[in-house]
Amino acid sequence: MGATAKPMNTAGSWFDRAWRGLLLGTMTLFVINIGLIIAAVATSSFARRWLGTWLPDGWTTTWYTEAWREFQLGSILWVTVEVVFAVVLLALLIGVPAAYTLARRDFFGKRLLMLLFLLPLMVPPITYGIPMATVLYKLQLAGTIYGVILANLVPAAPFVILVMTPFIEQIDPNLESAARVFGASTARMFWHVLVPLLAPGILAASLLVLVRTIALFELTFLTAGSDSQTLVVALYYAVFAAGVRAPQSVDAMAMVYMLVTLTWLLIALRFVNPTQLVSRVKEHPQPAT
Amino acid sequence: MTTATSAAARAPFDRTLLLVMPAAAFMLLLFIYPFIYGLLLSFNPKNGGALANYTHFFTTDNLWPTIWTTLKLALPATLINVGLALPIAYKMRNKSRYQRWVTTILVVPITLGTVLIAEGMLIYFGPKGWLSQFLQLIHLYTGPIRLTHNFWGVLISLVISGFPFAFLLILSYITGIDPVLARAASTLGADPKAQFRHIYLPLLAPGLAMCFCLAFVQAYSVFPSAVLLGSPAGPTRVISIAAYEAAFEQYDYSLASAIAMIMGFVQLIIVAAVLGLRNLWYRGPVSGGKG
Repeated sequence: MGATAKPMNTAGSWFDRAWRGLLLGTMTLFVINIGLIIAAVATSSFARRWLGTWLPDGWTTTWYTEAWREFQLGSILWVTVEVVFAVVLLALLIGVPAAYTLARRDFFGKRLLMLLFLLPLMVPPITYGIPMATVLYKLQLAGTIYGVILANLVPAAPFVILVMTPFIEQIDPNLESAARVFGASTARMFWHVLVPLLAPGILAASLLVLVRTIALFELTFLTAGSDSQTLVVALYYAVFAAGVRAPQSVDAMAMVYMLVTLTWLLIALRFVNPTQLVSRVKEHPQPAT
Repeated sequence: MTTATSAAARAPFDRTLLLVMPAAAFMLLLFIYPFIYGLLLSFNPKNGGALANYTHFFTTDNLWPTIWTTLKLALPATLINVGLALPIAYKMRNKSRYQRWVTTILVVPITLGTVLIAEGMLIYFGPKGWLSQFLQLIHLYTGPIRLTHNFWGVLISLVISGFPFAFLLILSYITGIDPVLARAASTLGADPKAQFRHIYLPLLAPGLAMCFCLAFVQAYSVFPSAVLLGSPAGPTRVISIAAYEAAFEQYDYSLASAIAMIMGFVQLIIVAAVLGLRNLWYRGPVSGGKG
């Protein structure tokens, strides 16, 4: 707190105090209201009957068992797990080598390639999702789990590349040269030198891709068939076809979704300090001197 | 291939470049090819000339206004998100015990998902919800609260889901600026306001522009919350709903592609404008240096 602790002049102090109060107030209001919104869903998901009172008449857990049975939550969760892990694995498999090349080599067309990897993150998913879904339907891949995995890979792979490139830039190239001197092939150098050094970065990237993929709605929505829906899409359909189902069981499902994502996000936050991650992903990372 | 110089002298082709190929091929196949396919498809309508889809879009009453509807939602949402995130992230820039806690709490809304936010808002802001009961209890306001199934519902949900993202991004950019710079300025007599104005803001400009663009993309492609919390037939009929309806309700992929292209085009105009604005404001090295 070195910079702000020194009182430079007192004229602005009331203004500063008011400003600080306003900020704190806004933040508190934001957090409290979100907390209450979550609490409302949680209460409703455990409520026997809840009509216009502060708290419901009685409590029950039947909505969870009902959601599990009615929405086939078990198989949806399994599909979600399959899709998410396939996407993370494939994104790492093609993303990390690409990031390595982009970090280490300068070649003709590098800027164009960077643009190619940046575009999927800058274009709204629906914009490229609709043509992509059309192509996938032509190839008869849409509606299957493979189509969903491929579709989700489109933003995931560039994301891995953008996160990993600055990580790789930080690693001293001399280590690689040393491995070469001792006669390591590219593959050996990769496995025995780079991957262990990159482990924290790879972990960070895969956790972030994981959280993003669980939450990515549009692309899965456009390409999924009835038996390849992930949790987000199934949840959307459950609400959209409201009236057929009790709102409480939708709430129960939404709570399950939140708990799944929250668990992974908290795991991610244990390994990734959010204040140190994205700052490395600047548009033009400064070359190490 | 032991050193860079001998590699350059000997090998005409650097095999490391092969490593980028799978990713590049994948992107070409599943991003660029569908994009071009969609672009061509949009000029090849079911009936009429090459531009029939585009003239149809700009002459149909429930299609072209969707551009404004979308912008009217996405621009304020992005401005609120970035505008709120900037001062809060600035406050949190110094490493402290609270930093991690506050960050975690503010990031939680990312995990909620549109459906939970929508359901929660429908209950919480509902006619018999906690908010209306509370306001009646303290006799502040007794009328009906109209914050769902309209513009405001979608805007609020966009702020809830978009703010944590903007906050994280800006926080990481701010912590990337070396605090030594601000300390140097304070020894020269700059008060905190001047430090922010002349040190942090210029160094932050590229990051802010980037953050604005990414937050805008997120708000701009709003789809589920516009359906669940807005009135998808009326004031929150955003462009992605129009595109979806064309593709999966009318099965007119050509028109859907045209709408998707228009959507991408409008988006790119905004991004270009923001990046242009950034260049007007600040030119210079991007990084503030982090050690």
